[in-house]
Parts: sequence; C-alpha cells; structure tokens
Amino acid sequence: MKHDTENSTVPSAAQPGRAPLIAMRSALPWIIAAVALALMPVVFASGSALTIMNQMAITIIFALAYNMLLGQAGMLSFGHAVYMGLGGFFCMHLLNQVEYNELYLPLPLLPLFGGLFGLIFAFVIGSFSTRRAGTVFAMISLGVGELIAACSIIIVVFFGGEEGVSGDRTMGPTVFGFDFASQLEVYYLTVIWLLLAALGMYLFSRTPIGRIANAVRDNEERAEFLGYSQRNVRWISFCASGFFCGIAGALFAINFEILTEENLNLATSGSILLITFLGGVGFFLGPVIGAVVFTLLQTVLSLYTELWQLYLGILFVLTVMFFPSGLAGLLAMHVRPWKIGKLGLLARPYVQIAGPGLIFVLASAAVLEILFHARHASIGAEQMSLYGISFNSHAVAPLAFALIVAAASLFIIARLAPALLEAWGDANHGDSP
Amino acid sequence: MSRFTNALMGSLFGAGALLGSTAASFGADTIKVAFIDPLSGPFAATGTSGLAHYRYAAEELVNKTGGVLGGTKFEIVPFDNKISAKESLIQLKVAIDQGIRFIAQGNSSGVANAITDAVKKHNRRNPDQRVLFLNYSAVDPALTNAKCNFWHFRFDANADIKMDALTDVMATDTGIKKVYLIGQDYSFGKAVAAAAVRFLGEKRPDIEIVGNELHPIGKVKDFTPYARKIVSSGADAMITGNWGSDMVGLGKAVIGAGFKNPIYTYYAASDGITKTFGKDGEGKLKLVMEGQLNPPVSDRAAAYTKGFKAQYPDFDIGQPRIANVMEMLAKAINKAGSATDMVKVASALEGMEHDSIWGSKITMRPQDHQAIQNVHIMAHTANDVTFDFDNSGFGLKVESTVEMAAADSATSCNMKRP
Amino acid sequence: MSLFIVNILDGFVTGLLLFMLCSGLTLIFSMMGVLNFAHASFYMLGAYFGYQISTIVGFWPGLLLAPILVGVIGAAIERYGLRRVHKFGHVPELIFTFGLALLIEEVVQFFWGKSQMAFEAPDVLNFSAFSIAGNAFPAYKVFMIFVAMGVFLVLLYILTKTRVGMIIQAALSYPETVQNLGHNVPLIFMGVFGVGTAMAGIAGVMAGPVLGTFPGMAVVLGSIVFVTIVIGGLGSLWGALFASLLIGWLQTFAASYNVKMADILMAFGLNQPVDMTTSMLRDLWSLTLPQIGPILPYLLMVFVLAFRPQGLFGKRET
Repeated sequence: MKHDTENSTVPSAAQPGRAPLIAMRSALPWIIAAVALALMPVVFASGSALTIMNQMAITIIFALAYNMLLGQAGMLSFGHAVYMGLGGFFCMHLLNQVEYNELYLPLPLLPLFGGLFGLIFAFVIGSFSTRRAGTVFAMISLGVGELIAACSIIIVVFFGGEEGVSGDRTMGPTVFGFDFASQLEVYYLTVIWLLLAALGMYLFSRTPIGRIANAVRDNEERAEFLGYSQRNVRWISFCASGFFCGIAGALFAINFEILTEENLNLATSGSILLITFLGGVGFFLGPVIGAVVFTLLQTVLSLYTELWQLYLGILFVLTVMFFPSGLAGLLAMHVRPWKIGKLGLLARPYVQIAGPGLIFVLASAAVLEILFHARHASIGAEQMSLYGISFNSHAVAPLAFALIVAAASLFIIARLAPALLEAWGDANHGDSP
Repeated sequence: MSRFTNALMGSLFGAGALLGSTAASFGADTIKVAFIDPLSGPFAATGTSGLAHYRYAAEELVNKTGGVLGGTKFEIVPFDNKISAKESLIQLKVAIDQGIRFIAQGNSSGVANAITDAVKKHNRRNPDQRVLFLNYSAVDPALTNAKCNFWHFRFDANADIKMDALTDVMATDTGIKKVYLIGQDYSFGKAVAAAAVRFLGEKRPDIEIVGNELHPIGKVKDFTPYARKIVSSGADAMITGNWGSDMVGLGKAVIGAGFKNPIYTYYAASDGITKTFGKDGEGKLKLVMEGQLNPPVSDRAAAYTKGFKAQYPDFDIGQPRIANVMEMLAKAINKAGSATDMVKVASALEGMEHDSIWGSKITMRPQDHQAIQNVHIMAHTANDVTFDFDNSGFGLKVESTVEMAAADSATSCNMKRP
Repeated sequence: MSLFIVNILDGFVTGLLLFMLCSGLTLIFSMMGVLNFAHASFYMLGAYFGYQISTIVGFWPGLLLAPILVGVIGAAIERYGLRRVHKFGHVPELIFTFGLALLIEEVVQFFWGKSQMAFEAPDVLNFSAFSIAGNAFPAYKVFMIFVAMGVFLVLLYILTKTRVGMIIQAALSYPETVQNLGHNVPLIFMGVFGVGTAMAGIAGVMAGPVLGTFPGMAVVLGSIVFVTIVIGGLGSLWGALFASLLIGWLQTFAASYNVKMADILMAFGLNQPVDMTTSMLRDLWSLTLPQIGPILPYLLMVFVLAFRPQGLFGKRET
C-alpha cells in the first residue's frame, strides 16, 4: 500500500499531467480539516491544551516532511532533527535581531525563513549524502546528525551551549493588531502554517518529481534507465524535506521561544522515525496519525504512569511486527469493505472483541504496573492505586487477579478471532460498486 | 480519500476529548507545588529521589505541623519533564492550567534557564495568574546573575559559592601544590573551572593548575585516558563538577589508575554513586555541599532523616535543602497571608531569614534571590556515619564548614520588581 | 613516552572490547544484510545479567552464564521477531531493531531501576598488575585482553576450520548461492544471531565493572559500534578488527593529548582575538582535542562513506 495505490482506490482523483492538481473533490478534505482546526480551540480552550495542540501541529509538519524521505523516496534518515533544529536556531536568532536590532520582520513570515534555512542546509548536506541510498545514506545521516548535535555543545556562540538560545516572539511589529502574546494567537498562526505546509507537501507528492521519487524508491536502476538521475531525484526530495523541516523548526521557535541541543540530537531524530513509522509510512496521512498519537502518549500518558516509555516501546515493536503499514494502514484496510458497502459485516465481531480486547490491555498493563510498584516502591508504601482501586502491591492476590483476568480475556479473544477473520474475509469479498 | 479523512477527523476528536479531560483542574482545597523534574529516562533516579524528598518534607514539616494559613495543607504534584526543555515548558503550562502557582525544579541548569525565562514571560503576559519558581538544585551562577528575575529563588548554593567555600578549605592545606581541573563541557562545567581558577588564584597563587580541561558531557565511554593524564600530571588534588555516570566513570578510572590524592567533587554521592565507589573512594572522595547529615546536628534532624529512611529505604537525603524549600515557602505564605498573590509571597521570601533543620542559618539574599547558608566539605567514609547512602555503610561526614559562604559576594543581578 | 605506552595499552583494551561487539554485529550483517541497531542493547543485557548473577553466585559463573542467557534471548528474538519482519524488507527490519533497542532499555529499567549498579570486578583481579611511571594498569584489564583474544581465536577457528564456519564464510561472499545449495539458512541465521549477541553479552559482563552498569550504557556505545563496522567495511571481519583498534586508539589518544586549536591557528600566523568574550570565533579558538575526541569516529565515517562507500576493507557495496 503506497501513495500511488491510495490514488487508485479513488478513481476520480487527479491523475498527474491530465487533470488540474487540485480537483474540487480533493479540496474537500482540506476544507474540512481547516474548519475542524479552526474550531478546536472552542472545544479545548485551556492554555495547556493549546500548547499540546501546537506541539502536535509542529510534530505533524516534521513527520510529514520526514515521510517525504522515508515513505516517498525510501530514504531512512537517522539524523533528521538537524534540519528542523537548524531552521529553528536561525529563526531564534532572527527573533533576537527583531528584538535588539529592530529588524523589521512580522512574526507570521518567520516560518518562511526557517524553511529557507532548512533548505540551504539540506542542499549542502544532501550534496554528498544523497549520492547513495540505503545503508550508506542512513549511516551518513547518523554521522552528520551526531556531528551537528555535538557541535551544538561546542559552538556556544551560535547554539548557546546546553542552555540553548531563547527569545521573545512578541517584540516584532504587530500584524492586524495581534502581538502573539496569547497562546490562542500562536495556535492560529501555527495551524495556518500547518495547512500551508501539509498542502505543499501533498502537492509535491503529486508533481512529476514526487512520482519519480516513488519510482526511485521502488527500483533505482529502472528509474535510471528511464532517464532520471536517481541521485538528483533523491537530492531534490531531500531539499524539499529540509525546507518543510525548517518551517517546523521556526514554528517550534515561535511556540516555545527556546531552542536547545535537544532539538538536534539523535533522540529527537529517532522519535520522528518512530512517529512516522507508527503512523504509517505508505500513506500521506500516516505521519499525521503518528504525530497525534505519539504526542498524546508522551504528554498525557506520562501524567498517569512512569512506564509510558515501556508501553510506547511495546506498541512500536508490535506495530513493526504485525502492522508494518502502521496505524494508517490499519485504517486503510477498511477502505475496501467501506467501498463495497460491507463495513457493516465487521461491526458485530468488532464490538464483540472490543470488550475483551480492552480488558486484556488494561489487565496486562495492571500486571506490569503491579510488578513495577512491588519492585521499586519504597517500603511502607505498599499501597498503590490503579484504575481508582487501592490495594497492596506486595500481596499475591491483586497480581494473580490481574494475571487471571488477562489470561481469561486473551482466551476469549482467541475464541472470537476465527469469527472476526471470517467476517473480514466476507467484508473484503465482492465487487466494487 | 475524503471518507478516510472524515474517519480520521472523528478519531482526532476522540483523542482530543482525552486531552481535555486531563486539563480539568482538581479541587482547590490544598496548596499545590508542581514538581517538574525527570521521572523517566536516564536521569530519573535523581528526579524520583527528589520527589520523595518533597513529599516527605511537605508532610513532616508543613502538613503535620498544621499546614499554612490556618490549616491548608501542601500537596506535591509530580510532572515528568524527561529532562527536556521543551517537555518542561509543556508541563509548566499543564501545571498552571491546573491552578498550580508554585513550580519546583532542580535537575539541569539548562531546564532551569528555560523555566525561569518562561515564568518571567508568563507572569508578564498573565498578571492574574502569576507563578513562583523554586529552584532547589540548578546551580548555574547565571540564574542569580545575568538571568535573574523576581520570580526565581535558588535554595542551593550556586557553583561559584561552592567553589568559594571549597577553595577556602583547600587554601589551608599547604600540602597542595598542584591541582587538576576537569569537568563536563557545558555551562556548569565551565563555571566550575572558571571559579576554581579565579579563587585559587586569589587565595593561593602558589598553587599550580596542572590541567584544566573539559570533556563532552555524557559521551565518554571510558575515562581511562583522562585518568592517565591526571596521574601523570602529578596533581596533589583534583576538582570536578561531574555528575551522574560521568562522575562514576571519571572517579573509578582515576582511582583505578592509581591516583592517591583527594578528589574534590560537587555530586559524588547517593543515587547509587556512593555504593559504586564503596571502599575505593574512602579517603579520596570529598564533596562540597550544604546540609549536614553526619554527625547529625540535632535530635530533630536525626529524627527527620531516620523517618525519611524508614519511609523510603531506597533513597537518601541527598538533597537536604528541599526541607528548607518547604519550610521557607510555608513561612512566606503565612507572612503574605495569601497563596495566590505571588507578589506578596515573593516579597515575603525575599530577604527571609530562616533557621534550617540542618543547623545552618539561611538568608534569601534580596539582591539576587540566592540563598546564603553554611557550606560544608564532606568526606566519603564509613567511619562515624550515622546515616549512610545507598544502604552501603558509606556516607558523607562533615570535615569542615564555611559559615554563611560567600555572603557578600558580588552579583550582576539587576532585579526588576513589579 | 611512558604515557604513550600506557595509552597504547588502554587503547588496545578499548579496541578489543569494541571488536567483541563489532565481530558479532558484522557476522549478523553479513548473513542477514541487516544492521542490528539493538546490538549494544545485548551488551547492556550481558552486563545486567552478569551483575545479577554475580550477586547470587559470584562473578565467574556470571561470566559464563550471562552470555549464554543473552545468546538464547537473541536467538529467540531472531526466531520470533526478526524473521517475521524479514519478509517486509530491509527498512522495517532496521526499524524493528531500532524499536528493540528502545524496548530493551525500558525493560532493563523496569527490572533494575534507573540507578547505577554496583557491579564490581572480582576480588582476585582487584589489584594493579604493573605500573608505568605511576600509572597503574589493573589486572582486570589484562584479563580483559586475554578473554577478548581468546574469543577472537575461537571465532577464527570456527570460521576457518569447521564446516559451519565454511558455510558462514561462503555466505559472507555469496549469500544467494549458499541458500541455493540447500543449507538450512534460517537455522544458521538464528545460530549466528545467537552467537553474535552472546559475544556482545561477554563484552557486557566484562565491561560492566569497568565502564559502569547503567541504563544509558547501550546508547553511549550503540552508534559507535555501527560507525566502527561501517568504517571497517560491512561484512569484513578483518575490517572490523582494524577499525575497532583504530577507533580505540583514536579515542584514547584524542582524550589524552591536549592539542589546542589556538596553538594550531597561531602556527598558521593568526592572532588570537584579545577580547575572547565578544569574538564570534571564540569557540574555535578555545577548542581542544579532548573536546571533540568522541565525535572523531563520526567524522571519520562521513569521510570514509563519502569517498569509499564500501568502507576501508569492504568488498560489497552496501
């Protein structure tokens, strides 16, 4: 399931070269998305919800830009945080120029400059790193990522050492009376750029160069025989990705008003890989889903449990093993039953399995939480509370109970699975209307 | 495509509902202190230990003695910042949304810089929702100098003050002729080295600094080459500000390479470090720190420490100042008569004098909001240690004390009061 | 001069330790074409198992049992995890091992917590074997040299003198042909993965007491291990040996000799800015070799890959 097949499931979507780039039919999802994003602050008005949504929007742009490489051009980068981070650092310095040297730069235009800085760096690094694909590219990206992250500690003048560089976004000229002091104004600025960037990346994937990137990904030699320099195609994809990463970096600078070594390091590069793959590399919307799920796990789940990274690790490894097309792939599997009007067949088995499935997940988590508490809690603090129940984590009964519930729900799931598989087969059988 | 998008939007809103529910605030019957520090990841050991300190201090020193403002209790609300500046700022927003007005943080001066900056901006942009930043452990001198602000209070002695005290003691040891300085390559490591050069130059110009170098933070696998240099330099003492695995790696390598002289450190204790050094560190490792544990200064201090060990046997009082944070905050709230008017609370805290449970007097210096207190040089030893660390039998014993260290030191802070 | 000799010895120990990781990793790569991102995590597991066993029955049984345990876990992960992902292609495989590295770190913290473990070298070896101009050389390091050499010799014997070794060697150069000859390739895969991870386990048990046993130990070493085998040439055992020793010495000497950028720049006739606090180039002027020591391998790798993508000793292009 790749980008091009996604297109084939929607016969009326634009074909490159023949129809205009955006048909009315394809514009609809964007309009819906824009309206939904505009209404989000009405539902979630608190400052922290806005901050988390801003963070999500930035991660979405970054993940989409990353997927221009991984999904579209088949290039695995282990050091992609560098392009977002450098774009952000440059923007932070621009902001400081605005504050101290009275440079005239309205804040809403800053992401454009971030993008340009990202583009310049991607152009320079790409000139040698994109000569080969595969492992060589992955290793060069790792090396360059590590080098620039290390430089960020050494070159204090530019990167500010481990304290980073901070600034104030409100010091520039006001735009239509907005000075961007409030989180809400920043939210709207961020989502406008999110929509622009996402649209830009979507359109890029529809251009001939985006299509050829797919061809290079699938078979370099064949693309080369067709007369396309695989190296240039990779380089152009890399530069385009760098541009959008830079936009994300600028938005980060605006939102958090600080950039640190963390924006460049390998952990950040690793997590964007994780996010993109979790969401699904083969789909335009995959990284969007990945970014939303990951940000929620990171900021919300970590409020409830110390073990959130363990759960994230388990989720990630299971995704790679069982759903290599990611969460978006899981959703896309239902497109065909929907098209042929048989999605209803799945409703019953899904509802049946949802209960035991949920219980299994909760009970397994309970087993881990109890074991963890029993092993690491301080003596005297044997009481723990889970799902609103308070009990002694050192006693055998709660652990045994959780284990039994987990095993029983797993048993029920195993009993229900054949029916689900059968319904799945039925739902995918039949002609497209 | 569009149906797919619609379905996606549906799930997005579902996820958003979850988001909204967490932002809902809890009841307002307690005064909440947000503890924003790493509770997961490589630095979680220090963070979880700090959280235990706070919970215990709030319970023992404030809640059990009747709370503040006639009975209101303190509650510590933990937030995991994963030692990331970005996550800290998000968690800061979440905390403020929950109606929390007191922010405690200490691990990493980088994070502290981000928080103090964000608090300053937040308080300027939202005057009806101001918050205070209680920095209990980030010791970068800049926080109370160039980067100081009215909402930030530091309860630990900063890197310069500690070095001032340490060199006071070293200056009296005529056996020291050569000193080796080594530290992590970032602002704190550099601050330690610069302070050492400055103070040794002032107090003992005859001491030769035979090495002054920085190594990349958290990236050195094997400290042996550094240890070889230190031993070969013939140094009579070495000084390092290293912490965490960089401290353990450096210390073990230096001792393993045959270094026999004192190793003056800032952070070579507790969270597994004391146990790892064990008998190898005896007679060599020294620490400069506030808060005297051994010998106990009073029955009250002994009972407090004992009670903490009984409740948290895996942790130690490695950060004694946290007790001061809780007591001084309670005092300030009582004096201000309000836990919501931050200008009043901050004004009450500014210049406050306090008798610490650890036997020291503490003054919150009004010029820069830096706590001035007794600083001790402690030895890693198994003798006369009432309260050991890491249940290893080894602990820290006070060897010498500098009273009210650096009380009249200069500050470049230009405090702007609202 | 004496410091130079000590550095040669220290760098040799570091290099051999790296080689114990790299040899397993490069064998796995040769056989399966996948870079195992989680290799250093098995090294960490070795250290933790070694520590846990040493607290119960002592260091020596740990040195034997921990690697076996790590190898069994490695083989099981190959059988039930990697083999499943293999059919999706190389990128998912790489991403799987990447996820595995994260997961193992979390699992280690789940069981052992986040603090440093007090893993001690055995008392028998806790003395200094000899000392050169005041620099003690611990007996434990001498022991490490012998174990590493022993493992290398056993590996060399198996690879060159046994039937299994012949098949593996053949697979280094002609992987498809070996499959076509009808050997039980999946079983060999599992075996190589198990042995490779067990070697990482040995390295872990031995390094644990010297370099520290803590949850970050895999990350600290992780990417250096790839860098080493990429420089040496993927799939080349001799390349791995050469690159390991090269990086061992490079890092030791870089940390040991305080070469200052200011001296180099002044040798070129440049003048140091008088006021270092305002100069834009102050970081360049204050740069020293130990500061950049740990990133030299990455620099080396980027250069090697840009000019010789198959690595120094590699024959196959990656």
